[in-house]
Amino acid sequence: MRQLHLSPIKDQNLLVGLETSDDAAVYKLTEDLALIQTIDFFTPVIDDPYFFGQVAAANALSDIYAMGGRPLLALNIVCFPNCLPLEWLTAILQGGADKVAEAGAIIAGGHSVQDDEPKYGLAVTGLVSPQKVITNAGALPGDVLILTKPLGTGIITTGIKADLVSPETQAAAVTSMTTLNAAAAMAMQAAGVHACTDITGFGLLGHAAEMALASNVSLELEMGKIPFLPEIENLAFLGLIPGGAYKNREYLVNEIIFAERITATEKMILFDPQTSGGLFIALPGEKEGSFFTALNRQEKGTLFTQTVGRVTEKKDYLILVK
Amino acid sequence: MVEIDACGFSCPIPVVKTMHGLENNPGEPVTVLVDSEVSRENVSRLAQSKGYTVKIEALAEGYKLILNPQSSESTG
Repeated sequence: MRQLHLSPIKDQNLLVGLETSDDAAVYKLTEDLALIQTIDFFTPVIDDPYFFGQVAAANALSDIYAMGGRPLLALNIVCFPNCLPLEWLTAILQGGADKVAEAGAIIAGGHSVQDDEPKYGLAVTGLVSPQKVITNAGALPGDVLILTKPLGTGIITTGIKADLVSPETQAAAVTSMTTLNAAAAMAMQAAGVHACTDITGFGLLGHAAEMALASNVSLELEMGKIPFLPEIENLAFLGLIPGGAYKNREYLVNEIIFAERITATEKMILFDPQTSGGLFIALPGEKEGSFFTALNRQEKGTLFTQTVGRVTEKKDYLILVK
Repeated sequence: MVEIDACGFSCPIPVVKTMHGLENNPGEPVTVLVDSEVSRENVSRLAQSKGYTVKIEALAEGYKLILNPQSSESTG
């Protein structure tokens, strides 16, 4: 959206708008209360309509969590062809409703249009204290970088279309994509977070680069610590890589330095666009332990959470992958 | 030579078509026509992962990929 070079909106209450490549808009209502608004929708990434609904809702809610907010209301956005059974639409909406309920929010309505290809998503409104808004701009040298979900959903959904992904791996991807980022968000706020974004269409490196730019720092990532979904390396090696990963590479390649031993396949995984990806969190090194303690008290979505790198002073690259 | 026309398809279809072409013609060179850089890269990755060399010719609208099994010369 920001690439359209729309004229910037100036309003003293608009705390976060388009210009910083952040996850959602934040608008101050009073000294103690701000609205967070975000919208996302897309075509089915998996065949099961109920789980697709859950994925779309977890993905839309994630922007609220990434900015330190609490989801309040959601509106459905639906495109659906009249040639498909109506039960599919019911299942999609039920999946979305169940996930929104799990987040403690409510679906207050929505809008549907007839279209050739199904699409589903939500516009979500959340609340946050204006003093506690988390953006991608606060990372400081000395911070550790934590990623809360494994990479590879773009490659897996491409592989599913080719019928080359095992049921176990499909299930692992669905579990990851339907997991709310709520637990990680609570843990990062308890520990004292400096910056956060969620990993979606620009891939790990794209969103990490945005954080580095917005925070005026450079990031170091350790390839060996970055969590992947199962089978990802094999699927990428076979050429089951979505077009978005190549676009991300083209856009970013001059901003990133890769150590020599990083393989071409590994690089493409780091550029892989994610659906309902994890949070990417910068917090002070001395708070790393308290983050993981707070997270481990939660029940769900902690399995793949890992420290994957650190923040340094600004160098002549945005990201070093070693 | 077997020729696969994967123009007009987005990934992963060109990869799937090429995979079937290689499986159905073991030990034979296979030519694949694609119309995007993404398909060119993904089909090249597949071919290399299966032990083929890849020669790429740019066409007016797309690319011609000539896939040769690496052992074809020694096995005749």
